[in-house]
Amino acid sequence: MDHNKLPKLTFWRAVLILILASGLYSTVLRFTKGLGAATALSDRFPWGLWVGFDVLCGVGLAAGGFTLAAVVYIFHFERFHAIVRPAILTAFLGYGLVAVALLFDLGRPYRIWHPLVMWNPRSVMFEVAWCVMLYLTVLALEFSPVVLERFRLTKPLKVIKAITIPLVIVGVLLSTLHQSSLGSLYLIVPSKLHPYWYSPWLPVFFYVSAIGVGLAMVIFESNLSARAFKREIEMPLLSQLGKVMLVILGIYGLMRLLDLASRGALGLLREPTTETLLLILEIAIGTAVPVVMLAFRQVRENREGLFATAVLVITGFLLNRLNVSVTGLEASSGAHYFPRWTEVSVTLSLVGAGFLFFALAVRYFGAFESPPLPAGARQ
Amino acid sequence: MSKSILVDTTKCIGCMSCVAACKETNGLPQNEETELSADSFNVVQSRAGVFVRRFCLHCQDPTCASVCPVGAFMRTAAGPVVYDADRCIGCRYCMMACPFSIPRYEWKLALPRVRKCTMCAPRQAQGLPPACVEACPVQASIFGERDELLAVAENRLRENHTGYVQHIYGEHEAGGTSVLFLSAVPFEALGFPANVPQDPLPTFTYRVLSKIPTVVSAGAVLLGGIWWITSRRAEVAEAEKNDLDKSGGE
Repeated sequence: MDHNKLPKLTFWRAVLILILASGLYSTVLRFTKGLGAATALSDRFPWGLWVGFDVLCGVGLAAGGFTLAAVVYIFHFERFHAIVRPAILTAFLGYGLVAVALLFDLGRPYRIWHPLVMWNPRSVMFEVAWCVMLYLTVLALEFSPVVLERFRLTKPLKVIKAITIPLVIVGVLLSTLHQSSLGSLYLIVPSKLHPYWYSPWLPVFFYVSAIGVGLAMVIFESNLSARAFKREIEMPLLSQLGKVMLVILGIYGLMRLLDLASRGALGLLREPTTETLLLILEIAIGTAVPVVMLAFRQVRENREGLFATAVLVITGFLLNRLNVSVTGLEASSGAHYFPRWTEVSVTLSLVGAGFLFFALAVRYFGAFESPPLPAGARQ
Repeated sequence: MSKSILVDTTKCIGCMSCVAACKETNGLPQNEETELSADSFNVVQSRAGVFVRRFCLHCQDPTCASVCPVGAFMRTAAGPVVYDADRCIGCRYCMMACPFSIPRYEWKLALPRVRKCTMCAPRQAQGLPPACVEACPVQASIFGERDELLAVAENRLRENHTGYVQHIYGEHEAGGTSVLFLSAVPFEALGFPANVPQDPLPTFTYRVLSKIPTVVSAGAVLLGGIWWITSRRAEVAEAEKNDLDKSGGE
């Protein structure tokens, strides 16, 4: 068994090293020669892969943290306790990587602290900046028990335990604000974003789809880590998450449909444009097919079936965010944007770093051990 | 009360004097670009047989100023929309959001700035007109109070029904701009976006931002309430279980 696993592991390690090396090259290029040398961005297309994928998708994919924290601590579904820690760890890593990605994308990254002292409350970006900073702090505190337990620091551990509930509530509120606000960012471009995606409901769509993909990510990670660390998979729990995901995706799909219809955008579907194809792909992969699959108990309770559905939901989500942030804006921009390989290598490096840190945290901090506090949570 | 520029594209002869004057005033390299860039805040394009200037429209309620997270853009009382490079973090949301796609970025520099026309705010502060207007040999661009220029524009439309498209571009676009345009051909043919809303764009995001206090307070009460109910329920269940255990033991 171990002999079979070993070459596979080194293969992935080699891939990771290759990615990180190319990422390092791109990093040097980016910070010495500027955004123009390292990216395909232009005056007509000022936001690209780093905003569309690293930030928009990164924040969305990390939504499992606040969703599960609410499920366990606010709604008291204690049986989910076993998977709340990895979800919070993923969220913490995710947001950390989003912050790093921002350092790449900002033209003047050393001024990232400016929103702290230079206020413009009319700006959605200002609100997002504050929410993400505060939520990163909340996540660090939510994850801190894992580290504190490791080093047996009982006193600060007690303090954190005492403020867990307010902390979770603040975390859910901050997440609600900035997950939706990432959609609000695009409310300012009614004349630029394609009518398939421009909607006054963008903030609501971003929020609901973030919850959906957050659950999909929990299922996805639980599977991967069960495989990698040879742990038992919590199938009954994940099946229940699948049921919740079905409801969320159903609501989301219905809202998107009603919105498209009410704005008269459904008529555009008759035109065979790139946008039409992308919209159909996005809805089919991320919403329609998963809803049909999850409607079957056999799929929800089958490990492979549930995993496949989660992958579909995640893919559809990525498509949606890239449609809003990149492809939906191409027609009006009069330019074509395709990321340069240096841009891609930075993005891949960040994703790779995420996997690496997750594995390290599991190995050295026992992120999968359920916290001992609420008695008998896991048993 | 704010200063404005009225550009009458029917009068422009395409001499590029305004381009040269702009470059000189702003200390930019003298080259004849036809697209706006980090080195060109004002260009003259030839479209549909017409010469048309392209530069910042200086919105009355500027989108760039509303979206900037650090307030690097500001509309001055006199009218010009100006940029403070020392605040800018380089997020480029202004470039994304501008309905006229005006701001440009110094992509080639390691420490870039956003660049655009300032309507010669420094010159205006000294009581001088913008350099481009001063340089125009045929008064295709004129400078003055917005109200007065609107009256001039309306007069020209009234006196020459057939010579002009009966529309003052910038009177209502994006809530109104300080730079106004007149044309003999449809504005779309000159490259002006035709679908810019008449409401100031900042209202589109403010509608949502203004709901934040409600969402936060209602959300906090809701979450706190749910937590209280579910934990109370757990307590009661625990107590009942204990009672049962006790009575079972007796």
